[in-house]
Amino acid sequence: MRDAYAIELRNITKRFGKVVANDGVNLSVRRGEILAVLGENGSGKTTLMNVISGIYYPDEGQIFVHGEEVTIRSPKDAFPLGIGMIHQHFKLVDVLTAAENIVLGLEGPTKLDIPAVATRISELADKYGFEIDPNKKIYEMSVSEKQTVEIMKMLYRGANILILDEPTAVLTPQETDALFAVLRNMRDAGNAVIIITHKLNEVLALSDRVSVLHKGKYVGTVETKDATVESLTEMMVGTKVTLDIDRPDPVDPQVRLVVKEITCVNKEGVTTLDHASFTAYGGEILGIAGVAGSGQKELLESIAGLTPKESGEIDFYPPDQPMQEISKLSAVEISRLGIKLSFVPEDRLGMGLVGPMDMIDNMMIRSYRKGGFFWADRRSPRTLAEHVIGTLEIDTPGVTTPVGKLSGGNVQKVLVGREIASAPTVLMVAYPVRGLDINSAYTIYALLNVQKMRGVAVMCVGEDLDVLLALCDRILVLCDGRVAGIVDARTATKEQIGLMMTHTGKGGYRDGEDETRPA
Amino acid sequence: MARTKRGPHEPLIHISRRADCSLLRAMLVRLAAIVLALVVCGVVIVALTGLNPLEVYAGIIDGAVGSSRRLWVTIRDALALLLVGVAVAPAFKMRFWNVGGEGQILVGASATAAVMIYMGDKVPAGVLFPCMILASMLAGLVWGAIPALFKAGWNTNETLFTLMMNYVATQLVSFLIVFWENPPGSNSVGLINASTNAGWLPKLGGWTYGWNLVIVVALAAFMYVYMRYSKQGYEIAYVGQSVNTARYAGISVKKVIVRTMCISGALCGLAGFLLVSGAGHTISTSLSGGRGFTAIVVAWLSKLNTFTMMVVSFLLTFMAKGAIQIASQFNLNENASEIITGIILFFVLGCEFFINYKVEFRRHRREG
Repeated sequence: MRDAYAIELRNITKRFGKVVANDGVNLSVRRGEILAVLGENGSGKTTLMNVISGIYYPDEGQIFVHGEEVTIRSPKDAFPLGIGMIHQHFKLVDVLTAAENIVLGLEGPTKLDIPAVATRISELADKYGFEIDPNKKIYEMSVSEKQTVEIMKMLYRGANILILDEPTAVLTPQETDALFAVLRNMRDAGNAVIIITHKLNEVLALSDRVSVLHKGKYVGTVETKDATVESLTEMMVGTKVTLDIDRPDPVDPQVRLVVKEITCVNKEGVTTLDHASFTAYGGEILGIAGVAGSGQKELLESIAGLTPKESGEIDFYPPDQPMQEISKLSAVEISRLGIKLSFVPEDRLGMGLVGPMDMIDNMMIRSYRKGGFFWADRRSPRTLAEHVIGTLEIDTPGVTTPVGKLSGGNVQKVLVGREIASAPTVLMVAYPVRGLDINSAYTIYALLNVQKMRGVAVMCVGEDLDVLLALCDRILVLCDGRVAGIVDARTATKEQIGLMMTHTGKGGYRDGEDETRPA
Repeated sequence: MARTKRGPHEPLIHISRRADCSLLRAMLVRLAAIVLALVVCGVVIVALTGLNPLEVYAGIIDGAVGSSRRLWVTIRDALALLLVGVAVAPAFKMRFWNVGGEGQILVGASATAAVMIYMGDKVPAGVLFPCMILASMLAGLVWGAIPALFKAGWNTNETLFTLMMNYVATQLVSFLIVFWENPPGSNSVGLINASTNAGWLPKLGGWTYGWNLVIVVALAAFMYVYMRYSKQGYEIAYVGQSVNTARYAGISVKKVIVRTMCISGALCGLAGFLLVSGAGHTISTSLSGGRGFTAIVVAWLSKLNTFTMMVVSFLLTFMAKGAIQIASQFNLNENASEIITGIILFFVLGCEFFINYKVEFRRHRREG
């Protein structure tokens, strides 16, 4: 029966130039139901949701809301229909309070009655089981609190069809559970909830039905109770894939990098790293876990010589060469000394690569100093670019295509390819599979394992604890800039790490206490 | 398949990004834009003045390139504009908003004039010209480096800073005019070394402005190579694209900012040299004539491409010279040509939208 659906999409097609982002997609959500939209990156999930929320207008197809055909030309049309979208990147004003952000842009009386707004927010929060302080400023909030404000913004506007775009990407396991409880409450109150994700275990834990997209096409919808991780993966990828990450045992681990008590203070005077110490060994993958913004970025950047350190020492042990202290060196001095330290930063197109430039120019970011006094050497980067395209099977029209035009997986392959091309002693990667499809992610895991087996000390900052537990040998947990502890990834559990991420242990880890050090 | 029924309120116009546009197609769009612009100009001319637009166009062409002398003056002024464009382009490539070209030209011109006045009769031409060139470039360099140093050191706003430096330069020139006044009481400098022509750029072969041509084209070619193929060119590009990437690559962002502004300022200073030694042989506060700003239009219109800059600076100068001609020939206000230039620019810039985006109108009948 049609009017049982809160929202129904029929044959939605959206093209961008020659690219068909959505090709005849059907989707329907009942009231009081959570629908998961599952698909790899580039499968058209976000485009489809943008069609519903009015950001894009579809080229073909119809949208029905509560049984009636509607035209959604802009987000302004979507609000009155009760459609609210919570984007991956929050759209909040930092210096305003939660309540102010929630009523921002709403029409109302000239004089704002913030206490009344706050009361209404508290009512909604009680109804659905939120925790929110309406008078707290956004900049004082954690990521999960900000997300709560975003959701509340939609509920306050009377949204009864909620769309969440990858809401758990930035949350700890505990925060994710709390969010899911809220979403279940919303469902039970008769709202329709659409959650976009590519994490299969979340789909299984939360949703009632799952719709799967693959390369812009609608694959099908299944009842969650009939689905398994394997069946969903097969629908999502199109072929059967094995989901086991290989983890070879470390061979002959040698000390490569010793970090002693480094402390970093950012421009605002906030301590971002607090006496962090650890040792990285060749031939192992050291995972780094933590809530977003716990000092992961500063840790890697301070080793790479990009962030100034207040205090502490970093010692680098190249194979068959004497130790070098690199604490005081800048990035350029480190590379000039021939120290083979490679770094795949989190911000691929803002730091590691330049989007509008082609592959050759991007290879040159690391090597442009080579060559003569005046001329930059463009020949060897071209060879390298061609080599990387060949070995990592990068899908690109050619070396002169701007890197920014490639898909996320291929962009990451370009970056990783360049960084491992210099045969590093230490390889640092931050969120290496963020935004990548399953096959690309497994390619990256395999690449990291190849480096590990070559004896490289690999350090990998990650957000998916399941992956870190499967891939790494040891996991260093950061909490608020401190090393909360280092655990053996073969025996640790997700819950244990989740707790360490939020509660500082007994004053942090010292070298001698590390029971997980490989023999 | 059933015919797709459409909602009643489908928007009239769809705008979507074009995936790719072939070079030929892009050129045709641009050509169509120019033709359309000329048609619209014609309509405007008839509507406002009742003149035959073709005659007005002929007047513009006649004024700009109608005689050998006019052609050379147009080329000379286009070259000066091109040099300033080439000078500011590296700064813009670095996303450093150098709107101080005016001031950098003026101090370069002042330095040139000073050398001409104080050394003109004392040293041979072989020493004099290098001294003038060096002095002009050094002055422009200093004027460009000051805002860059503040930007690098304290992250000051370079747009405001370079803009303010223009006023300082203008006042500096006013001050110098008091010293160099000739004849006394005229409140102007007059032709410098009018009797000896010392420090006037000589003819090259038979070409009055041959040296201007050689200097500017050589510098433009050099800067093209510098920006595209040199290490420093890459550093400028990386800093402009993303300061974080530059830091990641181990580039000292501060050093690159200061170095690039030194180059940018020095080239603007050299443009000041050309304007004094190679064109007017005098100096006044209005010497640069807004070239420091027009050059920004030239640089961005050309997307910082040196060869396109040659075309654009010639076109703008061409229209400006034509304006003077139609002003006297048809007794029109000089602004008439600016209207024409404006309409042409509007169409040429506007057509970029149609190259990058596809516009579709609502189709009433469609296949399902």
